[in-house]
Amino acid sequence: MKFVTVFGALVLAGAAFSLHAKTELLVYTAVEADELAKFKTAIEADYPDLDIQWVRDSTGIITAKLLAEKANPQADVVWGLAVTSLKLLADQGYFQPYAPKGVEALDQKYVDSAKPSQWVGQRVWVASLCFNTVEAEKNKLPTPASWQDLTKPEFNGKVVMPNPSSSGTGFLDVSAWIQMWGEEKAWKYMDALHDNIAQYTHSGSKPCKMAAAGEIPVGISFAYRGAQEKSKGAPIEVIAPKEGVGWDLESFAIVKNTKKLEAAKQLADWSVTRKANEMYSEGYAVVAMPGVAKPVPHYPEGISSKMIKNDFEWAAKHREAILAEWAKRYDGKSEPKK
Amino acid sequence: MAEAAVLAPPRIRPRLSRDEWLMGGGLCVLALYLAITLLVPLVIMLAKSMQDRDGVFVSLANFIKYFTNPALTGAIGHSLWVSALATLIVIALAFGYAYALTRGCIPFKGFFRLVAMAPLLAPSLLSAIALIYLFGNQGALKGWLFGESIYGPIGIVLGSVFWTFPHALIILITALSTADARLYEASESLGASRWRTFATVTLPGARYGLISAIFVVFTLVITDFGVPKVIGGQFNMLATDIYKQVVGQQNFQMGAVVSLILLLPAVVAFFVERWAQSRQSSAVSSRAVPYHPKPRPVRDLALLGLVSLVALVILGILGMAAFASLAKLWPYDLSLTLRHYDFNTADGGSWTAYGNSIEMAFYTAVLGSLVVFSGAYLVEKTRIAKPLRTATHLLALIPMAVPGMVLGLAYIFFFNAPGNPLNFLYGSMAILVLATIAHFYTVSHLTALTALKQLDPEFESVSASLKTPFYRTAWRVTAPMCLPAILDIAIYFFVNAMTTVSAVVFLYSPATTLASVAVLNMDDAGDTAPAAAMAMLIVFTAGAVRLLHAGSSRWLHRRTQAWRGC
Repeated sequence: MKFVTVFGALVLAGAAFSLHAKTELLVYTAVEADELAKFKTAIEADYPDLDIQWVRDSTGIITAKLLAEKANPQADVVWGLAVTSLKLLADQGYFQPYAPKGVEALDQKYVDSAKPSQWVGQRVWVASLCFNTVEAEKNKLPTPASWQDLTKPEFNGKVVMPNPSSSGTGFLDVSAWIQMWGEEKAWKYMDALHDNIAQYTHSGSKPCKMAAAGEIPVGISFAYRGAQEKSKGAPIEVIAPKEGVGWDLESFAIVKNTKKLEAAKQLADWSVTRKANEMYSEGYAVVAMPGVAKPVPHYPEGISSKMIKNDFEWAAKHREAILAEWAKRYDGKSEPKK
Repeated sequence: MAEAAVLAPPRIRPRLSRDEWLMGGGLCVLALYLAITLLVPLVIMLAKSMQDRDGVFVSLANFIKYFTNPALTGAIGHSLWVSALATLIVIALAFGYAYALTRGCIPFKGFFRLVAMAPLLAPSLLSAIALIYLFGNQGALKGWLFGESIYGPIGIVLGSVFWTFPHALIILITALSTADARLYEASESLGASRWRTFATVTLPGARYGLISAIFVVFTLVITDFGVPKVIGGQFNMLATDIYKQVVGQQNFQMGAVVSLILLLPAVVAFFVERWAQSRQSSAVSSRAVPYHPKPRPVRDLALLGLVSLVALVILGILGMAAFASLAKLWPYDLSLTLRHYDFNTADGGSWTAYGNSIEMAFYTAVLGSLVVFSGAYLVEKTRIAKPLRTATHLLALIPMAVPGMVLGLAYIFFFNAPGNPLNFLYGSMAILVLATIAHFYTVSHLTALTALKQLDPEFESVSASLKTPFYRTAWRVTAPMCLPAILDIAIYFFVNAMTTVSAVVFLYSPATTLASVAVLNMDDAGDTAPAAAMAMLIVFTAGAVRLLHAGSSRWLHRRTQAWRGC
């Protein structure tokens, strides 16, 4: 009896100790919420000592939060954030350089060229259109095949797009248009598009969900969201415009002076493994590790070949100026569409 | 007289009594509390508005940049006229409603009062979400707008009217529920018409409440960001501009500039309120005779029509939100499902967030009502240190004008500054509670003040002449007489803590995610149905708490309010 009590107490103490030994890792992320639980489970299965705590928001908010906390950073790791934002922070010395174990296996164009790297790319998210076929029929809308199609008069008030200030998806569109067409033509295009835009949303997912609900027939969004909505039964078509589509790289970095450096390194190591890359590829067509990606259901055909040649250095450097110009032109200028 | 002048001793400073020492000390503690949770963070924001991104002092450069950008300054006009219009509608409706409940003889008063309070139970986002389902492009009543879009000023005004209505109603009911029947008898016996009685007795009696209500609603609308965020479309307002500056462009300095512009109406409101207060005399003297409304069929029928219509609209909006949370795939598959209440796959939502919200709301209610009522008592009853009382009262009025988001950001800068001994609060439940109390301080403070003002100061004079310490009078007389108001304040804090978004959106941590923030995040991500579901969950919870409150306050009313005679 006594033995059992002592033994039980020991087991309890042991359990308490091992619970205590779990390291809570505060991870800021812009990864879509419907994927986070899956990642947490997988990471903690491989590193049982880790306890991942996500802080999830849109790219713009996470970036703003990181900047606001610059004097006293809270996050241990930034994970799955647009590389254009990470570069901006890296230039301010926000991150701890670290080369994760096995980073050599990744396509080096997705990894910071500094040695050791400040940030490591995970996967690519690509712009796409979500087009509601039921509403299109009601409104006699032709299926748009190009960005230019969206400026046609029949799409007046029928297009919704994410605000590039808050949404990483919105920013990669604007950045891509400027990179593809040059400043002048791109802004002229956006002026014309602006006349057709019903509203600019805060998040990159929302335009596609609005299209899925028929609230606005065309949503400028990204491929993963389109595929997800379509597989849930929404009457939409996911389209990659023919001129080319913008993209950005979800990446991670370790915050400098984190008190949990060892745990952060474990997460970094996990994030470049084949297993991680296989998980990344479940909803995304391009991931950092070559040979892992496989076709994703409901993705627009040939979307990879339409991805533009993307200059992250340029995009990160001009992010502020582009957003300021965008805000000057389109923020609050217009009354609501009648 | 002459004799007295001759005999008058040389002027001496009266010695402070123990009561005065205690109350003065209490005031100091309160002022310090408000300074830390309100003033200092805001001053830091002010400093930010005159710095560039690297923290270098640039004087007014940011303001010049703001005023030379027509896209930004346009928001000033937008905010002013939308808020003015919404205020006008709300005050007209709420005054009629409050009049019907306090001075009319209509049936189901309890029911109508409950329904009118229902918008308080929901985040302001809920009304906007419901309006989209009602009047959006796939909306059930889209035709009612004659082709106008709900995304823009129409939606903002409608949504704001819905959620600010009870805020005005609470103040106006308090103002109208105490009246001296002797004035009405006098008016009647002098042969005044009913309109004249209304204009010369009723309105002046409610004047202070009316001005408070206008001031409260206008600033609530102009500082709210939930409604314009969800339904504003491209129509920019000051509050949403702050959000865009701070979140979108990471330009905290410009966010601070816009918030300072937003502070102006509050400064104006402060002086208006001081002016009104100086003309306010106690509504109920210790000799007052309670007023009992008498039936007047025509008036009562009109009042019943008004309250029924308002109640119907309120229930309609809530009903729409409830349906939105249950419809499987709006608008293509309207079969009912509970799947939107499974928050685990939606953005930022989870049942943990719901639990956190309840915990946060509880702490806010208990601590908040304690701080606010003690504070209002000290401001109203202390007889010394007038500048300190005025300063404290001024501090207590500031929160109404401070958009929660600005407060939240100010908290980040203040509490997260390295070297701040309060740094440990950052990311905790405590900081959410502090921010929420600070954010909702003003209305509670005004409610407490209004209740205290209705008590005759002779209670204090009598107890002082009986040498009873002030705290005993406060505990035995003042607090019990004000108990309904105190309970109202606690419930107000609880419900607002459940529903607030802006005050906490920058302050929650993964361990303290909140239900209301989940509503915002889910709507932002386009998960409108789960957002409606979480909002309805908040409504049900806050509703249950309010029903409990209604039951207990009826009992309390019987125990402590017999002096009102009704």
